[in-house]
Amino acid sequence: MKVEVIMPQMGESIQEGTVVRWMKKVGDRVKRDEPILEISTDKVDAEIPSPAAGVLAEITVGEGKTVEIKTVLGSIETEAGASAAPEAAPPRPAEASPAKPAGPKEPPARTTAAPAAGSPEERLRIRSSPLVRRIAREHNVDIAALSGTGAGGRVTRKDILAYVEGGGLRPGTRPAPAAAAPSPVFKAGERTHVEPLSVMRRKISERMVASKRTSAHVHSFFEVDFSAVDRIRREKKAAFLERHGVKLTYLPFILQATVAALKAWPVLNASVEGDDLVYRKDVNLGVAVALDRGLIVPVIKNAGEKDLAALARATADLAERARTKKLLPEEVQGGTFTITNPGVFGSLFGTPIISQPQLAILGVGIIERRLKVVEDGIAIRAMGYLSIGFDHRIIDGAVADQFMSHIKTTLENFDPRLV
Amino acid sequence: MRTTLTAGSIPFQRPAAEELRVRVRRLGRIPYADGLSLQEELVAARQEGLGPDTLLLLEHPPVVTLGRGADESHLLLPRDEIARRGVEVHDTTRGGDVTYHGPGQLVGYAVLRLPPGLQDLHRLLRTMEESLIEAARELGIEAGRVEGLTGVWVGREKLAAIGMRVARWVTSHGFALNVSGDLSGFDLIVPCGIRGRGVTSLSRLLGRDVTVPEAAGAVVRGFGRAFSARMEEA
Repeated sequence: MKVEVIMPQMGESIQEGTVVRWMKKVGDRVKRDEPILEISTDKVDAEIPSPAAGVLAEITVGEGKTVEIKTVLGSIETEAGASAAPEAAPPRPAEASPAKPAGPKEPPARTTAAPAAGSPEERLRIRSSPLVRRIAREHNVDIAALSGTGAGGRVTRKDILAYVEGGGLRPGTRPAPAAAAPSPVFKAGERTHVEPLSVMRRKISERMVASKRTSAHVHSFFEVDFSAVDRIRREKKAAFLERHGVKLTYLPFILQATVAALKAWPVLNASVEGDDLVYRKDVNLGVAVALDRGLIVPVIKNAGEKDLAALARATADLAERARTKKLLPEEVQGGTFTITNPGVFGSLFGTPIISQPQLAILGVGIIERRLKVVEDGIAIRAMGYLSIGFDHRIIDGAVADQFMSHIKTTLENFDPRLV
Repeated sequence: MRTTLTAGSIPFQRPAAEELRVRVRRLGRIPYADGLSLQEELVAARQEGLGPDTLLLLEHPPVVTLGRGADESHLLLPRDEIARRGVEVHDTTRGGDVTYHGPGQLVGYAVLRLPPGLQDLHRLLRTMEESLIEAARELGIEAGRVEGLTGVWVGREKLAAIGMRVARWVTSHGFALNVSGDLSGFDLIVPCGIRGRGVTSLSRLLGRDVTVPEAAGAVVRGFGRAFSARMEEA
C-alpha cells in the first residue's frame, strides 16, 4: 500500500517549505517515525518523520526545491493492509499527542498529561480539585467516568477514595491488569519482521550481559508473612491517602525494612572498585519501573533518612515521572541497592540481575493469600516471596541470608507507629 | 504573567498544567565545535525525555557558520582566505543562511522539547525574536521585526540573527545577539544572505560599552517572559 510523504505544515501560518536533504534513498527501509527528510522553513531546519514503516518507494520532490505545504514529496510502500495511519504521521500544530513510535497501546484508563487546551480539560478542572486529580492520576482513574457527590457533581476526595478503596484495584493482592497486549508485530503477509533495537533496548541489553559477566550471581528466596503489614494497612490506609496523597502499598514497608537491613549489613550497600570494597553511608534505593518498551530504575536518594511516608511519596513521584519521561539524569544515577517487583505481573519470585556496580538486588514476588501452618493449625495469610540476587565474589550466602532474615523479621513484626 | 506584544508577534499559549522550566547555563567562550557537541548530547537526552530544557549562553571565537539554506556565494572571500584571517568556517545543520560569530556577541542555544500545542515553527521563531526584543527593551532599545526577514532589527540594521533546528520536536541552535566589539567579521559575508542592510550592536546603539554578561541577564529575563518559562540558573 502506498503512503504519501507530504510537506507538513510546521506552523499555523507557514505555507511552504524547502526540501533540504533526503535522509534516506529510494529503496531504503524506513521505520515509522524514523527521520526521513529534512526541510527548512523560514530559519528553521526540521527533521520530518516517516508516516509509515516500509520502503521509500519514490522521491518526487528533490533537494533544494521549495513547495507548498501538503505537496506530495514522495511515497512509502508498506505491506498490503498495513496499519499505517497517514493522519497520525507528520507532526501538526496543536496535535493532541506527539508522534510516538508504534508500540503497545496505552492502558485505557490512563489520564495522560498535556491534553490539547479545550473543553474536556476545562470540565475536569471544574469537577475536581488538584488533590483529587492527583489521586486519580496515581490510580489511573478517569475522573470523568466517576459521578461526584459534591456540589454540581464535583468529584470529591471521599468519592475518589471510595472508588479506590471499594471497587478500585486492591493494592498488591491482585496482579496489575496487564497492559493491553502489544499490537501485532507482523503485518499481513509478513513472515519475518525486522526492527532495529531502540537505544534504550540496546543499553539494557549491554548492561544485562555485562552484569552477568561481572558478578557471580547467586539467588536466595525467603517467604514473608505480610499479615502484620496487612493489619497496619487496613487500619491506616484511608488516613494515609488523605494525608499524603499516595496509596499505602506494600512497597514502602519493604523499602523501609530493606533500609534497616542495609544499615545492619552494610556490605550489601557497597560496591567493588578494582581491588577495593567501597562502603557507602548513604542508602540510595533504586526502584525498577516497567515502561512501555523497557525499564528504568529511578533512585530514591538518601532513603536511609526518609520515613515510610516519604518513601511512599518518593516512589510514586519517581514512578509517575518515569512513565511520563520527566526524570532528570541524576535521578537514575548513584543507586547503591535496587528493588524490583516481578510480582506485579504475577510472578512468584524473580531471579533479578544485579545493577552494576551494586552488589545485590531484591526482588518482590506476588503477595497473595496462602495457607500457612500456624501452631498446629492452618491459617490464611497474605504471603509473598522475596528473592535476593547477590554477588558471591563479595557476599557469601550466610551474609545474604542473614540480611534477608532481617528484612523478614522486620516485616513480620512491623511497628505500626512507623506509619 | 505580563507578556508585551509587539506588532506581529504571537503570545506563547500553554495548557495551564504545564510550565516550561528552562535551565540556564553560561559557558563563557567556547569553540564552535564544542557548542555543537554539547547541543547534540542535550538534544539526544531531551528526545528521550531526559534532562531539563536548557538555554546555553556563550561566546565563540571568530567563526563563520553556514546553515542548511546557505548559499556559498554569500561568503565574500574563499573559505581558505577566511581561515587565513583566523576565522573558522563551519557548515551546520541549523536553518538559515550564513552568519558570523565572534567575541562580543552573545550566542544562545535553546534545547527545548516543544510540548504538543507549541509545535509550531513560525511561533517558535517569533517567540525567539520576542525574547530578544524584550531584552533589548530592558536595555533601552526599541527593536522590532521585519516581515519576511527573521531576526531582530533596529531600523535597517540587524541586531540579532536567529537560526534553529528541530528534530522530533526538540530544538537546538538559537540566536546570536551583537553586544559589543568588532563587527568587522560581518564584512566577510553577506549576513543571512541579505544584501543592502547592515549590522549593529547594543553598544553601538547605546553609545556605551554593554558587556556580554549584562546582555545575558536581560536575555534570560526576556526569554522567560516570551516563552512563559521559569528560568533556573544552573
